[in-house]
Amino acid sequence: MLAPATRGMRGIIERHAGPHSGKDSLAGQLIFRFLVGGLLVAAFSSLGDVFKPRGFAGLFGAAPSVALSTLTLTIATNGKSYAAIEAHSMIAGAVAFFIYAFCAVQILFRRKPSAVVVTSVLLTVWLAVAFSLWFVWLR
Amino acid sequence: MTIHFDLAALRKTKWYEFALRALFGGSITVFTGVIAHRYGPVVGGLFLAFPAIFPASATLVEKHAKQEMARAGLDGTMRGRDAASLDARGAAMGTLGLMAFATVVWKLLPQHSAWLVLAGATVCWFAVAATAWRIRRAI
Repeated sequence: MLAPATRGMRGIIERHAGPHSGKDSLAGQLIFRFLVGGLLVAAFSSLGDVFKPRGFAGLFGAAPSVALSTLTLTIATNGKSYAAIEAHSMIAGAVAFFIYAFCAVQILFRRKPSAVVVTSVLLTVWLAVAFSLWFVWLR
Repeated sequence: MTIHFDLAALRKTKWYEFALRALFGGSITVFTGVIAHRYGPVVGGLFLAFPAIFPASATLVEKHAKQEMARAGLDGTMRGRDAASLDARGAAMGTLGLMAFATVVWKLLPQHSAWLVLAGATVCWFAVAATAWRIRRAI
């Protein structure tokens, strides 16, 4: 019979993402992260497909899917205090995302470049704002 | 305009589009874990709000809108960019929810049940994002 801590979803996460040593367990953790992150992101973006109107569905483009998968695994590997530090920094990342999305609205509204060009090039804006906030606020 | 959902809209999304989103999501979750491992939780936390899925979803929104116009024998380039712009506007409102999500996790995680905090923070994300969207529409 399994020990209580290894039963259910919590047990699965602890077995795959818990603190281990060695290259095999690191590879296992990365594969587990990839699967959990991929599933959550695909699930939230599918919600964005089914909701109407379009503007409301757009909310799911900024769903906390990566945060949920990463924080769940971080709590299992490094504990709640470590995950709380990540969440504090996430506020700066979210401010950068707001500015990124605002710039995307302004440029796409002018209908010149395609969405793939705008959203890809503007990732540099996200990086610049996020690391500027890190430098002045979090460093 | 009322909010509604249409499960049939999922049929418009092809299997490889779901796979692409899962690939992006899985990759950024792995990337965030590697960054946090290498540079610590403060820098790693920034990437919890990285626009991982938004470029792919905005591109798909533009493509689907163009395809709808093409079926009617029209050039849907402008319609596609308008749809992507609306999607970006929704994502901008979603980022306000992300800030609320991160604040709830940062403040409450160290003292409370991880599952409860993550679930509550997700509810907060949706409540703040949907309220911001409603206020934006009313202005």
